[in-house]
Amino acid sequence: MAADEFSSIWVYLSATPLLGLTLTLVAYISAYALYRRSEYNPFLNPVAVSVALLILLLLGTGTRYDDYFAGAQFVHFLLGPATVALAVPLYQQLTRLRALLLPIIVSLTTGICVAATSAVIIARLLGARPATLLSLAPKSVTAPVAMGIAERIGGLPSLTAVLVVTTGIIGAVVGFKIFAILGITDDSIKGIAMGVTSHGIGTARAFQISSEAGAFSGLAMALSAMASALLLPWLMSILGFTQ
Amino acid sequence: MDILIGITILLVYQLVGESMVLLLEWPVPGPVVGMLLLFLTLLAKGRIGAQLLSTANGLLSHLSLLFVPAGVGVLVHIDMIADEWLPILTALILSTLVTLALTALVMKWIHHFTSQEGKTHGRR
Repeated sequence: MAADEFSSIWVYLSATPLLGLTLTLVAYISAYALYRRSEYNPFLNPVAVSVALLILLLLGTGTRYDDYFAGAQFVHFLLGPATVALAVPLYQQLTRLRALLLPIIVSLTTGICVAATSAVIIARLLGARPATLLSLAPKSVTAPVAMGIAERIGGLPSLTAVLVVTTGIIGAVVGFKIFAILGITDDSIKGIAMGVTSHGIGTARAFQISSEAGAFSGLAMALSAMASALLLPWLMSILGFTQ
Repeated sequence: MDILIGITILLVYQLVGESMVLLLEWPVPGPVVGMLLLFLTLLAKGRIGAQLLSTANGLLSHLSLLFVPAGVGVLVHIDMIADEWLPILTALILSTLVTLALTALVMKWIHHFTSQEGKTHGRR
């Protein structure tokens, strides 16, 4: 009886944007609280945990992704203004940006090419389909831009979004361990590598280390978004993955 | 009111960015052009307004929240991913490790090289 009532209320609510939006915020706030209580254990990355919570909930209740997204799109929409907002940390790091211009340009170009080429080649060696390969190519670029690139080169934008988020989480989990192993101590270098590899999720992680690492990560993510939009379609055609 | 002004500034730049991309048929996403235009404006003005600063910081401090809806989209592709999970996951993990390491090392080497050169020039 109570379960019946609950499911009819759920069916009614899942047809409105209110449910998807509220669930997204509640899942994220809970995941973030857990993350903070674990003293920022990278394996409890709040994006990964909230995505897992929401997937279990949607599968458990038989709610379709489209119904969920009707509400979650209000959060998703903010990726656009957030991309524009990256101009602010970029401007704040202007003096350091000028001083490090050459190392940044060279390492950024390296990072963009390595990220796309290595992923596509490894997946092809392991037998992934062409559509999957092209969806993988922009996986290190921030979500809204990566989806645009995938569309242009013939990948699946919505699959790319998932791969982008997964790449972000992997980078956030392993990034600072790699830097420790390689003996990288400079926060500006850590930031650039995080931003170019793991875009916004890496940037969110880098801001926890220091505001300098965060600003440089945001900078790398912003510059990489611009450069990738121009470079990747060209790179994929040189490598023979597109016409 | 501050947040209202801040978010309006960001949306106006995004809108101008999107319009320019459409009009000029540029191969770059609209928000990226918006970011570039805002950056140029800040360069020209020489300072960041308080409203824009607090809104941008607020939005960027919870950047990871904004990726959650796209991440849940894994549900839509669950069949494809179940089919190809091994190549996809291997490619993502290895590529992420290699990119992080190479980018950091290249930047370290070049930074090292250029600052050494700077010192030599300084001594002359």
